[in-house]
Amino acid sequence: MTERLYGPDDSALDGNAIGGVLREIFRSEMTTAELTCGHCGNASQVAEEVVYVRAPGTVMRCRACTSVLVVVVRKQEMNCVDMSGVAALRAS
Amino acid sequence: MSPISRGFHGRRRASDVDASRVPPGQYVTTDFPVLSAGPTPHTPLENWTFSIKQGGETAKSWSWQEIRDLPSQDVTADIHCVTKWSKLDTRWRAVSLDTLLAQVEREARYVLAFCDGGYTTNLPLADVTGGRAWLAYGYEGAPLQPEHGGPARLLVPHLYFWKSAKWVRGLELLTADEPGFWERYGYHNYGDPWREQRYAGD
Amino acid sequence: MAGTAVRGRLTWQVATVASAWQETASVRTIEFDIPDWAGHQAGQHVDIRLTADDGYVAERSYSIASAPGEPLQLTVERLEDGEVSPYLTDELRAGDEIEIRGPIGGYFVWDGHDAGPPLLLVAGGSGVVPFRSMLRHRARIGSNVPVRLLYSARSVPDVIYRAELDMAGDGAEVVYTLTRKEPPGWAGHSGRVDAALLTEVAWPGDRRPLAYVCGPTAFVEIVAGELVSLGYPPDRVKTERYGGVGAP
Repeated sequence: MTERLYGPDDSALDGNAIGGVLREIFRSEMTTAELTCGHCGNASQVAEEVVYVRAPGTVMRCRACTSVLVVVVRKQEMNCVDMSGVAALRAS
Repeated sequence: MSPISRGFHGRRRASDVDASRVPPGQYVTTDFPVLSAGPTPHTPLENWTFSIKQGGETAKSWSWQEIRDLPSQDVTADIHCVTKWSKLDTRWRAVSLDTLLAQVEREARYVLAFCDGGYTTNLPLADVTGGRAWLAYGYEGAPLQPEHGGPARLLVPHLYFWKSAKWVRGLELLTADEPGFWERYGYHNYGDPWREQRYAGD
Repeated sequence: MAGTAVRGRLTWQVATVASAWQETASVRTIEFDIPDWAGHQAGQHVDIRLTADDGYVAERSYSIASAPGEPLQLTVERLEDGEVSPYLTDELRAGDEIEIRGPIGGYFVWDGHDAGPPLLLVAGGSGVVPFRSMLRHRARIGSNVPVRLLYSARSVPDVIYRAELDMAGDGAEVVYTLTRKEPPGWAGHSGRVDAALLTEVAWPGDRRPLAYVCGPTAFVEIVAGELVSLGYPPDRVKTERYGGVGAP
């Protein structure tokens, strides 16, 4: 039996959960925007990517390869966004 | 100005807390919140090792059993998360990092902890020696659970708890400081809760 | 259509509790008065923010339970070790204020304009909330799009909106499955949603159905995976995950 390196991940959400934060940052509805992963090339809608919100920041990971796509850190009243894991973003 | 939500208190708070034990901006809880930036790893113990690397090479490595055979301590510590919760008198079973680092000839001034799942965090070597840091594998009398970083995590209670890296697999000894995961995304490079060093520039 | 999704304000608004009522022992629906509420689409959610008197702040997201055109209603399940949900289900009362941001979401929405493909809605526990909005909306606009709701709940007392769902008619079918306890004489399904139950309930592929799956993360992963195995194209299966059961 192959041991799974990562167990089933009940705490993970999806991009729907950060729709509000992304609206605040991009001034536009973003859950249907398509992200291309800079690591594996997978293209998915924001709503379908894996999101962790219980952390010092919000982390969005590629559903296909788990690489970090986007990190949002809230510093005082500002959102600091790092999208270096995203090769391309196409808003619909 | 946000309205106050009448009767809302948030997490279960500890009562009768000695304020001198609580860093600025923190709330003391009796819960142990689980925070994570990624999926929980489940490395089988027979494949688990803890390594100290230097100059691109592994200087020393221990298996799980070898770590368990080392002298260990019961550590009681207050812990402070940058997300504002603090938990007092947490109890751990741990091996001092002094014990591990003593077995390596080193010229480094900094360490970068690396973990299953890719998480990293950086610390000055001075902050993980002198009895200030541990490799912890027991919590409250039981094996450390995966959601809290088990089988083993760093325990560096004098700094914000993101420095106490979960699922740690080793330390890289460096001559130049290198920011880890949260440090790269805007958190403070050092992270002293008593000087409220949460973000870069604080 | 994208225009209506972005119409809501991006910033936090004060919402006052107008009324609240129990749906089940641990689930409560709360209706709000919001002066500048611009309306919403079925399936959208709001973010809420609570501030304690010592400055402590907590934020959460909840699916909108009411239909477009109705006042904003949220349905909240009290989670055992929750930080926010017990406050909303046990403490909050008429006249209290919270902050709300929204409506949010352009992916997990159904506006009923497509003359259309039959809908399969699969709900795990409180995941049924956005589907109540969709079913109400469907009834209000007089749509005859065929819809099936497959609703997994622990037991009959845990079924939210039971009376309302039992009255769903006009091409809307509700199928329940109970995972922990059945009442005597229960003729419905038991056990978790699995491939066999989905094969029985899901629309056949040749009708080009559209599926929405909502509930705990593990539930959504399993159900979405099974639907794709049954032949639903991945882009015809929309998902919304609520996190771990018992996650506050």
